[in-house]
Amino acid sequence: MPDKFPHHKRLFDTAAKGAVTLCFAFTITVLASMLFYIAIRGISKVSFSFLFSQPSPLKGIYGILPGIINTLYIIVLTLIIAAPVGIGAAIYLNEYAGTSRRFAKMVRLIDFTIETLAGIPSIVYGLFGAVFFGETLKLGYSILTGSLTLSLMVLPIVIRTSQEALRAVPKSYREGSLGCGAAKWYMIWTVVLPCAKKGLTASILLAIGRIAGESAALLFTAGAVSRLPGNWLTHPLSSGATLTVQMYFGVSSGKYIDEAFGIAFVLAFILLGIYFLSDFLTRQIYDRKG
Amino acid sequence: MVKYVSQPSTKKNISITAENLKSCGNSLFINARSTYYLWDILMYWIFTFCGISAVAAVLGISIYMVLAGIPAIQKIGLIKFLFGTSWNPASPQPSFGIFPMILSSIAGTLFSVLLAVPVGVLTAVFLSELSPKWLYRAVRPAIELMSGIPSVIYGLLGVVLLTPLVRRLENFIFRGNISHTFTGGANLLSAVVVLAVMILPTVIHISEISIQSVPGELREASLALGATKMETIFKIVLPAAKPGILSGAVLGIGRAIGEAMAVMMVSGNAVNLPLPFHSVRFLTTGIVTEMGYSSGLHRQALFSIGLVLFVFVLFLNLFLESMLKKGGGSNA
Repeated sequence: MPDKFPHHKRLFDTAAKGAVTLCFAFTITVLASMLFYIAIRGISKVSFSFLFSQPSPLKGIYGILPGIINTLYIIVLTLIIAAPVGIGAAIYLNEYAGTSRRFAKMVRLIDFTIETLAGIPSIVYGLFGAVFFGETLKLGYSILTGSLTLSLMVLPIVIRTSQEALRAVPKSYREGSLGCGAAKWYMIWTVVLPCAKKGLTASILLAIGRIAGESAALLFTAGAVSRLPGNWLTHPLSSGATLTVQMYFGVSSGKYIDEAFGIAFVLAFILLGIYFLSDFLTRQIYDRKG
Repeated sequence: MVKYVSQPSTKKNISITAENLKSCGNSLFINARSTYYLWDILMYWIFTFCGISAVAAVLGISIYMVLAGIPAIQKIGLIKFLFGTSWNPASPQPSFGIFPMILSSIAGTLFSVLLAVPVGVLTAVFLSELSPKWLYRAVRPAIELMSGIPSVIYGLLGVVLLTPLVRRLENFIFRGNISHTFTGGANLLSAVVVLAVMILPTVIHISEISIQSVPGELREASLALGATKMETIFKIVLPAAKPGILSGAVLGIGRAIGEAMAVMMVSGNAVNLPLPFHSVRFLTTGIVTEMGYSSGLHRQALFSIGLVLFVFVLFLNLFLESMLKKGGGSNA
């Protein structure tokens, strides 16, 4: 702090700096200690039998293999629906409707609905899924019901991040391709999509993160059963709890707090991996752009 | 022989729409070429369909929520439902008043945002203006990662770490007070703190982005006029970043009001008026608690709670939309 400033200014400056630094230190301490706490209590719980067995009160063991399998089922089924539709919508918004003024109203409408979808609480998705997919379409409590519900929920994330990815493809690439006589779809398939490949992968990874962490929307759609699948093909039609749902029931029953930390650790580990992978991919896009 | 007539586009933006493709297809290309353009038109319609899917989803959800939520409201009466103070669905004379839940949801959301936004914004200020580069590089990804942590984990940490502290505080404050119902730490205060910590990373992340996007000229001009660094930040940078910070706050509100699982684990879950050491039930947790075993009118009433929540969030979104428009207008 140079001397040229009057005393009261220097006082304000020091006080403000102190307050800001204090806030930062507080936040970081809270967040970091949370992560460390999960890691320390969780890592002692993770073992081979914890990861690769199913919970059985009779034998007195608690395993998360059914949770892992159900989570994988839900991730895959959700992405089968949400990824093509979401990327398709992003292509429509970015390549077809966004470029001409004729569709301006349509784009505004779609943008608004995407914002709305992103803002709907997951419990409302759960209710809607339970009524529409569960009762009207008669799918009941099943992994399929859960996946259909979640595919609506992750749609805005997939669309938004795919749009980012498509926007990062330079305009000149498109013009060059069109100038060579390619039709629009051919141009998108051979030029835009390959160039946006990494960004699109990142958007799908983000969606996976969201799916893996979701619980409220799955409680009344996918149900709470933690058993290994009897038949791998018809398993989507049976009820199954994901890791987060299993963890919720473990905590609310009050009996499996330590095990819940184990699940939390596994989840945090998975999300960390997803985060770094998607970060790596997006960074590559911006490097190329720059 | 197929004769190619080139049609150089005179427009600056090359945009091929279905219409002029069709005309291209008709006039220029035959046989093999025509399937090529058939694909093009087909894909156009597929993408249009994908684009409309978001609209269809919102329409579908709205219609179904209204259809599922209206019957109970009709039977109970809107005023009685929204402003009734007793929630007693299992008694022989059931009553379905969700006013305490509405108040709890609003209070919980409001206080958690009031707690998280100042701390979050100041943290973002430190991060983008004061922190050394190595710290910034280490902390920023961590905060982004934290905003993706599942809410159940926040709930778990709340149960294990926070509620014992709150219980001790409660026991200390209400020592010897017989009329107080002890909550054992599962009360509004715990819920507010858990929600605040949960939305903190989101608030920091968005505030940080909007602070970064304030043009450097503003800072330089302010510094050149003799303002100190902190004066510049608080009187120039933060006002300029206000629209972004506000939208971060609204996002936080949306996340807090829609949160079910974390709140469920720490709020105690009895229908009470929202006071810090009361066990409370939010709109979201009201649904989660009873959905499993409810039937008949009770179940319909839970869907009505969902509808109320949905309408709440819709209004929040409309508010955000109009605010962002206003913010953008004043910047331009």
